[in-house]
Amino acid sequence: MIDLKSLMQPHRIVMMLVFVGFAVWCAYALRWDWLPKYAPLALYGIWTTLWLLVVTVVLGFLLAVPLGLMQAVGPWYLATPAKVFCTIIRGTPLLLQLWLLYYGLGSLFPQFPWIRSSELWPYLRQAWPYAVLALMLSYAGYEGEVMRGAFKGVAKGQLEAARSFGMPRFTMFRRIWLPQALRNVLPTLGGETILQMKATPLVATITVVDIYAVSSRVRSDTFIIYEPLILLAVFYILVAGLIALGFHWLEVQVLGTGRRTQ
Amino acid sequence: MTGLLDSLGLAQSAELLSLSPPGWGRNLLRGLSHSLQIAFGAYALGLVIGLFGAYGKLYGGKVTRDLLAIYTTVIRAVPELVLILILYYVGSDIINKISAAMGGGRVEINGVAAGIWVLGIVQGAYATEILRGAIQAVPLGQIEAAKSYGMPAIMTMRRVTIPAMMSFAVPGLANLWLIATKDTALLAVVGFNELTLETRQAASSTRAYFTFFLAAGFLYLMVTLFSGVIFARIEKWARRGQPSLTGAGR
Repeated sequence: MIDLKSLMQPHRIVMMLVFVGFAVWCAYALRWDWLPKYAPLALYGIWTTLWLLVVTVVLGFLLAVPLGLMQAVGPWYLATPAKVFCTIIRGTPLLLQLWLLYYGLGSLFPQFPWIRSSELWPYLRQAWPYAVLALMLSYAGYEGEVMRGAFKGVAKGQLEAARSFGMPRFTMFRRIWLPQALRNVLPTLGGETILQMKATPLVATITVVDIYAVSSRVRSDTFIIYEPLILLAVFYILVAGLIALGFHWLEVQVLGTGRRTQ
Repeated sequence: MTGLLDSLGLAQSAELLSLSPPGWGRNLLRGLSHSLQIAFGAYALGLVIGLFGAYGKLYGGKVTRDLLAIYTTVIRAVPELVLILILYYVGSDIINKISAAMGGGRVEINGVAAGIWVLGIVQGAYATEILRGAIQAVPLGQIEAAKSYGMPAIMTMRRVTIPAMMSFAVPGLANLWLIATKDTALLAVVGFNELTLETRQAASSTRAYFTFFLAAGFLYLMVTLFSGVIFARIEKWARRGQPSLTGAGR
């Protein structure tokens, strides 16, 4: 991936030294005494961010497959609602969707006694179900559009060949259509997953304690501004790097050769 | 009209959304205009940064290229919300330092200007990548031809590169504009009175959450759809004189 030779050019060595110098300066000149106190909370926040990301990507993708299919080959009464859903999700800010679900549904539910007496009520009073729902729908909306293109992009001959072998429709979908669509769309999905990661801090605005919320807490408790933000940025860069690496690995596994990811 | 609204049970919503004072319609529209101002400004700033960034990435020296690579990578890997906070604090610190150095007091920062500065830098990273790709897609022969006629660099850029790359850049730039309009909502978190925050204020003081959030969603959607129409025209204009591709592939 990164070969050592390209790093060993004079200007890059100077830049790395400058960077190391900056890191050392950060370590000594800035205040880090708040770290031990907030470390447990930060770990909890990191855990929340990561599970939110994984759960919403998986659920959102499961929803995106039928959405893409409906738009690609569905009859109009399936294609139109799917298209409208994707347009609305992609056309409005996620923050607005999140607040609509949290404040809107959150103020609607208590009006119904049967919801308040149901088993689900203890969960519905918390914020995270709304966060999961909003992030999941958002991912599904964007990926539904991506999957539409992917399903349409699979060569017709492949499907005709499967049909001529007498393959049942679902087997054909499972063995031929979906795998080929996924192959084509894997690099895009990697980028979209990073975008989804970048959307997770929004849940802090509805009181879910993710890593972003922890850094805001540190800032408002101690009036230290830059240190938590720098750490936060570094954390997100690391996660983005891991996602990119993970998808690169998947591409190598699936496609045989990895395309260079930008 | 009122009869129809009454029969649908929407009379209350219509009253809440009306433009005159008991209704909050005017607040929403003011928020929308702030959002659009910020989006326009940030988009323009992003395009300027993007153009310089793209040229720097393609023709700059080694150091310029590496610095720009760091800029685009970091900006695209860190959530906008975090960048907004960092850039907001850095920007207000710098301005206050300058003001203190010139003997002034603390400066109150204009929300629209801060939003433009913050989102513009974010947009610049994406625009750099889009424009770099578009410039690379221009056949080299065209640029070489301009050079061989002795055109100065700026004139080549103005007369050859930019017109020729437009058709490659417009789809990406259209996407970027939509991102700009939606990202303005994030400024609500730092307390700018753009559409989303105005909506939340209206909603929480009237308890009519669905009415207001749906109305704001409608406004955003209208902006998106209208922009789609405009950009379709721009793309058509950018592609003028090129052979049509529709019907050939599918």
